[in-house]
Amino acid sequence: MGKATEMNDKTDRTDQAIDSGRREFIGVAAGVGAAMVAPGVILHAVAATPRSQPVSSDVRWGLLVDTAKCADGCSACVEACNEENGLNLQTKPERESDLKWDAQKSVWIRKVKLQDNQTGRITNLPMMCQHCEHPPCVDVCPTGASFKRADGIVMVDRHLCIGCRYCMMACPYKARSFIHDELQGQLTAVPRGKGCVESCNLCVHRRDYGEASTACVDACAAEGHHAIVFGDLKDPNSPINQKLRELPSRQIREDLELNTGVRYSGV
Amino acid sequence: MAKALLRASLVAVSLVWVLAAQTVLAAEVKRYVVEGSRAAELDSCVEPTERMRRMHFEFIKHQRISTVHQGIRGTKYSLEGCVDCHISYDAKSQPQPINRSDQFCGACHAYAAVDLNCFDCHASIPNKPDLDAEAQAAHRAAGVDLSAPSDRNGEGH
Repeated sequence: MGKATEMNDKTDRTDQAIDSGRREFIGVAAGVGAAMVAPGVILHAVAATPRSQPVSSDVRWGLLVDTAKCADGCSACVEACNEENGLNLQTKPERESDLKWDAQKSVWIRKVKLQDNQTGRITNLPMMCQHCEHPPCVDVCPTGASFKRADGIVMVDRHLCIGCRYCMMACPYKARSFIHDELQGQLTAVPRGKGCVESCNLCVHRRDYGEASTACVDACAAEGHHAIVFGDLKDPNSPINQKLRELPSRQIREDLELNTGVRYSGV
Repeated sequence: MAKALLRASLVAVSLVWVLAAQTVLAAEVKRYVVEGSRAAELDSCVEPTERMRRMHFEFIKHQRISTVHQGIRGTKYSLEGCVDCHISYDAKSQPQPINRSDQFCGACHAYAAVDLNCFDCHASIPNKPDLDAEAQAAHRAAGVDLSAPSDRNGEGH
């Protein structure tokens, strides 16, 4: 009897040894599998802290504007953008006329109203940097200041920008602005200064700190319009891609084949 | 033998003098860390003080590339970190622009005659709405101007 128990113990022990080995193997395999299969999921999970790894081309940020929901006379997105990025810090210099100031002050989002002259149908839409896959502003930049980040955001490295404004000429969307005067009281998150070109950067500081949306999207939702959707164009399950599947949408100036990251429906 | 001993002791004495003189010199090096800033309570910056004095621009130059182009924000070196830690406050708890000629960055750059352009674009006081929203609202309500004039081309140095 005693012998049998001993034998049983022995077999149990060997079983356990085998089991732990298998468990380790399965654990490692599962870990490796998860890391290979779901990098996107992991990225989203650790997104609350400041980014410590370089941005990757696994994501491409974009916007979808549903012009049917974009209200006439509403400029919540523009104001939110100005607030978020410190554009409201600029003041009209004494020497400038109102007309010139309106044309030259920094604007990242413009509210555009289109009218079809034949039918009289009016469409409202916010116009900002379209974050092209093949951005003309990057092509023409002589210093490499205008660049496309791996995650699809087209932006300006102000350390390299010499203020030649060639990119402003190249942009088909009139999306870029130049800062003509010295600024004061800049925000920590958005350094800006005289002599550089700037444009919408899809709230890049929010991206790097893992926040879910942009200032314009938040403001539009707060107004109850929900006309702008922000998201990852490469994630098939992202809200923006679900919406893109559902609505007919277009890129502005599709003929240029820039593959813009900002899409419009109802235009 | 006696001669050798004398020579050795002379060398020793001169060595002691040289070392002592250096300590005095080191003590005389002006300390630019402003009293009342968080940095004043710390033994050293993110690197030993000597290294920071010589290399801080190298550190933030490399960091700025990884931040702007690769989106890496959680680095040891950052200009935001410089400002957060070295900022000092006046009697009314107002942050003093760090590039002002009596503040940390401004004072040393004036002494070294090195033009400081960082704050033409970057905030010279912590200006973060999410961090200190209440204080900022209070400042705005009190009509306090938080803006810092930029010192271009060494004006005010």
